[in-house]
Amino acid sequence: MATINQIQDEIIEEFSFFDQWMDKYEYMIDLGKKLPLIDSAYKTDGHLIPGCQSQVWLHAESKDGLIHFSADSDAIITKGIIALLVRVLSGQSAQAISEADLYFIEEIGLSQHLSPTRSNGLVSMVQQMKQIGFSLASS
Amino acid sequence: MSARFDIDAIRLDFPILHREVNGRPLVYLDNGATTQKPTTVIDAIDGYYRRQNSNVHRGVHTLSQEATTLFEQAREQARQFLGAAHAHEVLFTKGTTDSINLVASAFGQQFIKAGDEILISAMEHHANIVPWQMLCERTGAVLKVIDITPNGALDMASFGSLLNKKTKLLAISHVSNALGIINPVAEMIKQAHTMGAKVLVDGAQAAPHFAVDVQALDADFYTFSGHKVFGPTGIGILYGKEALLNAMPPYQGGGNMISKVTFAKTTYNELPHKFEPGTPNIAGGVGLSAALKYMQGLDSATLQAHEHTLLKTATEGLEQIAGINIIGTAPDKASVISFLLDGAHPFDVGTLLDQQGIAVRTGHHCCQPLMDYYQTPGTVRASFSLYNNVADVQAFLVATQRAADMLS
Repeated sequence: MATINQIQDEIIEEFSFFDQWMDKYEYMIDLGKKLPLIDSAYKTDGHLIPGCQSQVWLHAESKDGLIHFSADSDAIITKGIIALLVRVLSGQSAQAISEADLYFIEEIGLSQHLSPTRSNGLVSMVQQMKQIGFSLASS
Repeated sequence: MSARFDIDAIRLDFPILHREVNGRPLVYLDNGATTQKPTTVIDAIDGYYRRQNSNVHRGVHTLSQEATTLFEQAREQARQFLGAAHAHEVLFTKGTTDSINLVASAFGQQFIKAGDEILISAMEHHANIVPWQMLCERTGAVLKVIDITPNGALDMASFGSLLNKKTKLLAISHVSNALGIINPVAEMIKQAHTMGAKVLVDGAQAAPHFAVDVQALDADFYTFSGHKVFGPTGIGILYGKEALLNAMPPYQGGGNMISKVTFAKTTYNELPHKFEPGTPNIAGGVGLSAALKYMQGLDSATLQAHEHTLLKTATEGLEQIAGINIIGTAPDKASVISFLLDGAHPFDVGTLLDQQGIAVRTGHHCCQPLMDYYQTPGTVRASFSLYNNVADVQAFLVATQRAADMLS
């Protein structure tokens, strides 16, 4: 399994081929459309990370010392970004997740969607993913 | 200044309109949230801090007197803007939300008791819902909500059936922030008064678009925010009829609002100071004054015709895009369009418009009950102001078509 940073570097490489904003967003819309990210059993209020703009659902499972995330959103672009976050963090160890430096977001020009002032639930989602990693790593 | 309306000249008055966003010229269509500031407003605030900055109403020195004069000139400017009879009926607040909280607290304390009814509408902004809910919780009064019809207009039959002798206050928006619908407030005030109810009009979305005359309306309270009429944030106006304001207790205690303080008993200052404790937002008042002067220098009939053209062009253009549904189609509207794109979340549409330099608002617009009525988590709202031009509308339509294509 590739490390978090190897996956981040892959994504940065993929995004470097897009020189138009439209190509980038079409790719994310595509990612968002393709992935049924979460089992509907987990699309409940208990898994909801409310945002002012779009909602995000997050579910985490621990298997053989690795944490597997699934997530969903009601907005397609948010879902595309989630797909990238899940690709980077899911299947990694709790320790690696809690210590992850998600530099790919800045590199591919999506940091505006994950700045603390954005109320789309993504910042809370990243915090929660790392929190889950942190609590499992220290338990 | 003689009345004028030259859109190219007006655009030059607003420096921010000439910046770029995401590599494209800014098209600012989020005027319902806040408006941009003309150079005269920016210069007035700058000049105040460079030349007059001082505390008001207290100092004998020259700067304090100059600052006081400027601040009281701002009150007079606002009096003229609203057509109020007296400057002391014009209170400075932090904005519309603060004004409504002031009335809910002070009017509520004096005039609202258990069993009384407060009437609002289903299209209100949270700022014109929550303070009344809090007042009802405090006093045991009951909140009643006027229905709307599917096209977004107020249901006047519902209003008629809810208005009764127990209604003590009607709190209604002049223009809906989420949909742009203009409410028939003059008629509603007349009917409310026949039942002995007082009326507060939330003019936050009306004052930027057309002239308001509180005496012609016979409004008991009228409020608007400075930042939505090309002035700074943190300053707003609450108009109240003199007799009502005199009958109300102060909202907050402090300096300036008192006549005499002893530990046994404090007596309160006269209007408007009774409701303005502490050091006010002096620079905000000076900026607001410049903003109101700017608006009063424009020909209001031409301004309204201009905004109507923008609204009509945008509405007709959106109707040509497959999958677009306009929410709020009642005929009487300010230059605001709320819409949905089939199968797309408003956040996605807003994000793709932003990538193309177009600033719109997406979300519930602080109107969750209204969004519940339309069974949507939110809408995309384009709100046009006097400095927008037809080219802005065209850019918005092209960008929306592109967003629709990408999301389909």
